[in-house]
Amino acid sequence: MAAPKKGRRQAAQGKPGRTLVLIMIALVALTGGMFLSGHTTPRLGIDLAGGTSITLEAKNEPGQKNAINQTNLNTAVGIINNRVNGLGVSEAEVQTQGDRNIIVNIPKGTNAKQAREQVGTTAQLYFRPVLAQQPSTGQAEEPKPKPSSSDKDGKGDKDGKGDKGDQSKESEKPQDKATSPTGTPTTQGRSVTDGLKDEPTPSGTPTGDAKDKGDQGDKGKDDGKKAPTPPADPTAKLQEQFTKLDCTDEKARLKVKEGVKPTDPVVACGKSSDGKGWDKFILGPSEVNGKEVDDAKAVYDTQGAAGWKVTMKFTGKGTKQFGDITGKLASQQPPQNEFGIVMDGEVVSAPYVKQALTSGEAEISGSFTQDEAKDLANILSYGALPLTFKEQSVTTVSAALGGEQLRAGLIAGAIGLALVIVYMVAYYRGLAFIAIASLGVSAALTYTIMTLLGPTIKFALNLPAVCGAIVAIGITADSFIVYFERIRDEIREGRTLRPAVERAWPRARRTILVSDFVSFLAAAVLFVVTVGKVQGFAFTLGLTTLLDVVVVFFFTKPLMTIMARKKFFAGGGKWSGLDPKRLGAKPPLRRSRAAATAAPVDPTPKEA
Amino acid sequence: MSKLGDLGARLYRGEVGYDFVGKRKIWYGISILITITAIVGLAVRGLNMGIEFEGGAVFNTPKTSVSVAKAEEVAEETSGHDALVQKLGNDTLRIQIAGVDTAKSDQIKAELAKELDMKADDINADLVGPSWGEQIANKAWQGLAIFMVLVVIYLAIAFEWRMALAALIALIHDITITVGVYALVGFEVTPGTVIGLLTILGYSLYDTVVVFDSLKEQSKDLAKQTRFTYSEVANRSINSTLVRSINTTVVALLPVAGLLFIGGGFLGAGMLNDISLSLFVGLAAGAYSSIFIATPLVADLKETEPQMKALKKRVLAKRRAAAAKGESAETPVSADANPDDGAAEPDEDSADAAPAVVGPRSGPRSQPARNRGRGRPSGKRR
Repeated sequence: MAAPKKGRRQAAQGKPGRTLVLIMIALVALTGGMFLSGHTTPRLGIDLAGGTSITLEAKNEPGQKNAINQTNLNTAVGIINNRVNGLGVSEAEVQTQGDRNIIVNIPKGTNAKQAREQVGTTAQLYFRPVLAQQPSTGQAEEPKPKPSSSDKDGKGDKDGKGDKGDQSKESEKPQDKATSPTGTPTTQGRSVTDGLKDEPTPSGTPTGDAKDKGDQGDKGKDDGKKAPTPPADPTAKLQEQFTKLDCTDEKARLKVKEGVKPTDPVVACGKSSDGKGWDKFILGPSEVNGKEVDDAKAVYDTQGAAGWKVTMKFTGKGTKQFGDITGKLASQQPPQNEFGIVMDGEVVSAPYVKQALTSGEAEISGSFTQDEAKDLANILSYGALPLTFKEQSVTTVSAALGGEQLRAGLIAGAIGLALVIVYMVAYYRGLAFIAIASLGVSAALTYTIMTLLGPTIKFALNLPAVCGAIVAIGITADSFIVYFERIRDEIREGRTLRPAVERAWPRARRTILVSDFVSFLAAAVLFVVTVGKVQGFAFTLGLTTLLDVVVVFFFTKPLMTIMARKKFFAGGGKWSGLDPKRLGAKPPLRRSRAAATAAPVDPTPKEA
Repeated sequence: MSKLGDLGARLYRGEVGYDFVGKRKIWYGISILITITAIVGLAVRGLNMGIEFEGGAVFNTPKTSVSVAKAEEVAEETSGHDALVQKLGNDTLRIQIAGVDTAKSDQIKAELAKELDMKADDINADLVGPSWGEQIANKAWQGLAIFMVLVVIYLAIAFEWRMALAALIALIHDITITVGVYALVGFEVTPGTVIGLLTILGYSLYDTVVVFDSLKEQSKDLAKQTRFTYSEVANRSINSTLVRSINTTVVALLPVAGLLFIGGGFLGAGMLNDISLSLFVGLAAGAYSSIFIATPLVADLKETEPQMKALKKRVLAKRRAAAAKGESAETPVSADANPDDGAAEPDEDSADAAPAVVGPRSGPRSQPARNRGRGRPSGKRR
């Protein structure tokens, strides 16, 4: 690459060589990253590559007679779709089948196990006060630090002193009768249908107000006057259950979750905080419902040693409830200063409280891996399913369109591209080299980025997206065409090539930016507003538009500047595509111009 | 090709040109006809919605050795709808067919069993709901509405409200035509179609904006001169970007044409055909409307401005005076005429006598009032 000579017009020219080197480095880095990550082809959607199909069947739960209806099924479809399709780029498909099934299709290359967990989890979340806790099956327990709940600003205490190492008191009878419950228990926390009828579509925006579907479930909690006290009569029964419960046995764990009402005290299991053993709990009635979680995120705890944790933001109502309950618990003795975060009947974590937490934020820390934390946050964000589902079958499905469609598409696209190249060469001659090189860079960037987005944001390419990328060829090429035509106009003015290249750029640049901005606006709006496949499309459009700008600015323009110094172009040879004579340039000293022939020319290119 | 380069030069200098704006009534007429046809087609035939939108029936066959392609053929024949056939992990087939109700599904089941050589009772039929729920559709509409509002605001700021309005009309024109063609051809509307339509929406606006950009540039100091009316300047701007428009359209359409004619031709009907048809029609309509609809519309709207009316009066008066003096005997229509009146001031071009086709103010030097107040080496206006 020629070192840039100091031209007269330095400001305008900048350092083309350096820019070119930069974009090449970026390209090499992306390609390297692609090979390092082990993914060398973009993920393909179900229509092109097949995938896994999960059939879920809604289960009848005791106490919810008519819960399985079309409204609830559709709500569940919406929520499941949000869970598996977070950004709308993963091409998962969710639909109802019959009157009680939901089919979920997930493209190949997705972690099917993880997806199944995301799909099938009901995500009923309750915050219940802990009345008793002990390690299950009396393993020799090491004293273990308790996770503590804190405001997100880290004011809470995290030093893990809430040790309950040998809490094997068999009869930890909660005797706290400061106040009696004044809640009016509703029949069922899940009779969501009534509440849903006026709002059948949960919103799928990532901030998810899908949870503010009225406050069915735990009515009568708003008075905040309840103490975490179990009603007296079930205590004995609970105690017995608690004593018998063996949480290390999976069957027992499943059984204990059944038919639980959020308004009753329950026994439950939960992983002990070292993540190895199991603890068992007696929990009071739910004080805060998971519906009051407005948003959840997985974050890495950089200060403490907690590792990955999930932070939650409550709605206004949830904030108040959470403040009340934590305020009460803070004054209790261990373990009754703890509350259990119960997800689908299992205690995810049971932090203790040192002070009322009124900021409307809470966090769940346990021994999460990154993926676990992300999944949990995702599930919490989109809310609980109105029904409980059972996995009926999991099977692979073949590509819906068959490979021949993709192959034909690619072949046809390649032929189309070849025609574009032929046309360009015929019309632009030497300039076509610059256009083709730019298209090549653009294609390489698009390919590597799409490939890298597969593992990172589950981006999957479906047939429409492939076609969209082919259309993007036109939009990208248009930027060069606009620029080349400007350059030619400058040459027609009688300028030599180098000034022409520099003078043409600002005008061409403006045109390119204004028109690309419109495309990008479309992409941005659609991406923010829509869900599902439309969102995936918007993402692709935005990406190709951005790349168009990047390539023109950082590749085509510098390359053009450098090429303008080359004899081949600057000399305006016959094949350079910049021959002043051919372009009908005016002689520099124009006094009289040869009269152009008046033969009307058919304005369609012959070779097209 | 050199012919084209040469043509580009002459278009640029305004020696040749086509009176796009002057013949606008013809273009409007053509477009209105096509649009009416499209709307009638929509009303009469309606859109054939795919399974993703309206649900349908799903048939699960027992273990079979029938190929996917064969099953698809049979299913499409028996139902008259597009079928979606997938092989499941256990070698059974899942066949989904749009727009089938319970009564029809029994009939199809029987036919399928006959054709695929299995017992009808072994085929398990069920109704599937749309995977593209109302939610996705509603959100898509919402997104479109918001985008339209924003883009009109943006164009009104970047250009002016007349251009924003014209761009919007051109956009609606393109989408209507594409949807109408879909209804007439009877292709099933799939998510791919919707995505194709959205692609067109982006492209149509993009293309219109490129043409408007040149128009805005050419009509900057319009009020300061008395040689051309707005319509004529608009026409010149179309002509000067004509080469770019032709090239871009060719480059955008070639790959899509490849998809439509080659890909579709090899495979017969399929998703690829659906998408590429909508893209082909939409891109062609988009390219057409930027030149033939959007720009003349802007000219029409501008000409209603009092300022522009006054300008037109002045221009015509000046021309009449000139004609009376006999300085130039040009008829203001002949587009190709190219007299060499080098006697004019150096920055005057020969074409000024041919008002319908406007020559640029030329020459790198002696450019009054053009680069004034602009501190960058901006090129010569087109």
